[in-house]
Amino acid sequence: MTTLPLEPVPSPSEETGPSPDPRWQALRGVDRSDRIYQRVLTAFALALPFLILVILGVLLVNALPAVRRFGPGFLWTSTWDPVAEVYGAAPMIFGTLASSFLALLIAVPLALGVAIFLTEFSPRWLRQPVAFLVELLAAIPSVVYGLWGIFVLIPFLRSYVVPPLKAVFGWTPFLQGAFYGNSLLAGGIILAIMIVPYIAAVSREVLLAVPTSQREAALAMGATRWEAVRSAVLPYGRAGLIGAIILGLGRALGETMAVTMVIGNRHDIALSLLQPAYTMAAAIANEFSEATTSMYLSALFEVGLILFVLTVVVNAVARILIWRVARGAAVGSRAL
Amino acid sequence: MLRRTLTAIGIVGALASPLAAQVRLNGAGATFPNIIYQTWILTYNQKFDNVEINYQSIGSGGGIRQFSDKTVDFGGTDAPMSDSAIAAIGGNVLHIPTVLGAVVPTYNLAGVSQPIRFTPDVLADIFLGKITNWSDARIASINPGLTLPRQDIIVVHRSDGSGTSYVWTDYLSKVSPEWLQKVGRGTSVNWPVGLGGRGNEGVTATVKQTPGAIGYVELGYAIINKMAFGVVRNKSGNWITPSLESVTAAAQGAMDDLGPSTDFRVSLTDSPGAQAYAISSFTWLLLRKEYPDAAKARELVKFVWWCLTEGQAKAPNLGYAPLPKEMLPWIEARLKVITGGGRPVWRGRAAN
Repeated sequence: MTTLPLEPVPSPSEETGPSPDPRWQALRGVDRSDRIYQRVLTAFALALPFLILVILGVLLVNALPAVRRFGPGFLWTSTWDPVAEVYGAAPMIFGTLASSFLALLIAVPLALGVAIFLTEFSPRWLRQPVAFLVELLAAIPSVVYGLWGIFVLIPFLRSYVVPPLKAVFGWTPFLQGAFYGNSLLAGGIILAIMIVPYIAAVSREVLLAVPTSQREAALAMGATRWEAVRSAVLPYGRAGLIGAIILGLGRALGETMAVTMVIGNRHDIALSLLQPAYTMAAAIANEFSEATTSMYLSALFEVGLILFVLTVVVNAVARILIWRVARGAAVGSRAL
Repeated sequence: MLRRTLTAIGIVGALASPLAAQVRLNGAGATFPNIIYQTWILTYNQKFDNVEINYQSIGSGGGIRQFSDKTVDFGGTDAPMSDSAIAAIGGNVLHIPTVLGAVVPTYNLAGVSQPIRFTPDVLADIFLGKITNWSDARIASINPGLTLPRQDIIVVHRSDGSGTSYVWTDYLSKVSPEWLQKVGRGTSVNWPVGLGGRGNEGVTATVKQTPGAIGYVELGYAIINKMAFGVVRNKSGNWITPSLESVTAAAQGAMDDLGPSTDFRVSLTDSPGAQAYAISSFTWLLLRKEYPDAAKARELVKFVWWCLTEGQAKAPNLGYAPLPKEMLPWIEARLKVITGGGRPVWRGRAAN
């Protein structure tokens, strides 16, 4: 998953600051306990990358029979038939990407709105309570989101959201067919709610780190507050904001429980948001325990491998994006 | 300091040694019988504390895998092992039925108070997506006196692999050649239509929340949660309301076809008994024919025999149907096959 920017966001001047104190460097390795301490820490630091390699290795080894049997066609075959032992992951790859991007589409404006409000417009007394409550959303277990989705969100969508939506946009391919409740739409909305706190919290930190001088300069030029935010604050924090969004995306791609409870779990590719879909994480969680044949198990491992690679690619793309944007020494570049 | 630690280890070791003489039996597998297995283990332990039994409900697939890898002493499964899987472990397995379960169609139709009747072909065609409306003439003709609304049928099935799905699809495969050819039987299949719900509770929630939905859940689950379920016509042409009695009747009805030398690796669906509920099934324990450890084999057989005799009384209250008593001698014959350390471990009914 995406890395959290744990260290405080540094100001640009610190970034170009002096390298570690030379006196400290000279003392290195003098004391035996210091050396042991250093080695222990090194071992800790290497343990995690090693773990990732082991996970990748296990996935590769177990997926190998399926990779051999189905070849690259696994990626674009849309049949998933454990009885006939024909497996293809296309519907799940589609469902994972579609639900995650739908979630981003809803969550990004919402989360950025929350972050901008809290840093730029909110009265001081309101800041902490709202920030606390938004972050509290992240603490709710995902199965609770799933239950809430089944018993509150879906009936609400069925009665109040989908009928007007269909009346206006019913002609588009995205709203075809009858709405049964469990659907890509419900999955996307649940995911959106789940990733809002992550994006909002990180974005807020990033915006807080934008120097006041930026805002003052814009306001001094005669900009309105909205113009100041748009032209001076947001561009300054661009890299950090992209990082926040990618963090949300990473979480959306891997989320399992809440999604499987509302998305309909159907191995099918449909453009319509009203139709059921499936995600890779949900399929693995659902089918792993009862996968009776070895090829079935191997196919599920290959799905896991694809999910792993997909998350790595998303993170890599995010890094490149941030790196390219951050060459202008924007806020948050080092944190991410 | 060091000496004190060593002394402590010594004391712990001394305390642990009488425990080491205890026999420990580990099992894993199907989730469906988990409640009764745990109840049996608990009750059995109160009577015989020289044996420690564990059962982990990790799913039938996982149970078969762990049993085959010999990481557990016994397995539990809702779907019998395939011939190839048995061949892979050198045929060293016995399927011992423990209790019976059933799967019932459940639906959400406002204003319909009487149970809806289903024929096998109507059920198959609904799940094949060929009957799509509750007002369909074929449903109406078998439900005289019942006005069904003009409403789309929304099929709900299990999204997780499960023995429940196996029993359901096994039944549909038997009664519908088209289902057999297009879909087949399995713990998860390529469903022609419908939404997937996770677990019995997921299917139930989706059915309850979706007007016009039809799904399938375990009988015990439906009884305990007081859900509406359908009446299904059985092979003899009788309309049978699913109940624990009609499920036991399904096993009785199948006995003629099985014969006393059966290996019990058979499906009970579409049983010929007159009062049999058609969508019934065994759940099995997987035991080895040969155990290297005699004490283990001995205790395991003793425990299993206790489950099949005294333990059966626990079944109805927990939503499981007991095995028909007539079947016991047949199972006894299978248990006698088991050897521990090369010798038979069965010591007669009374000794068990």
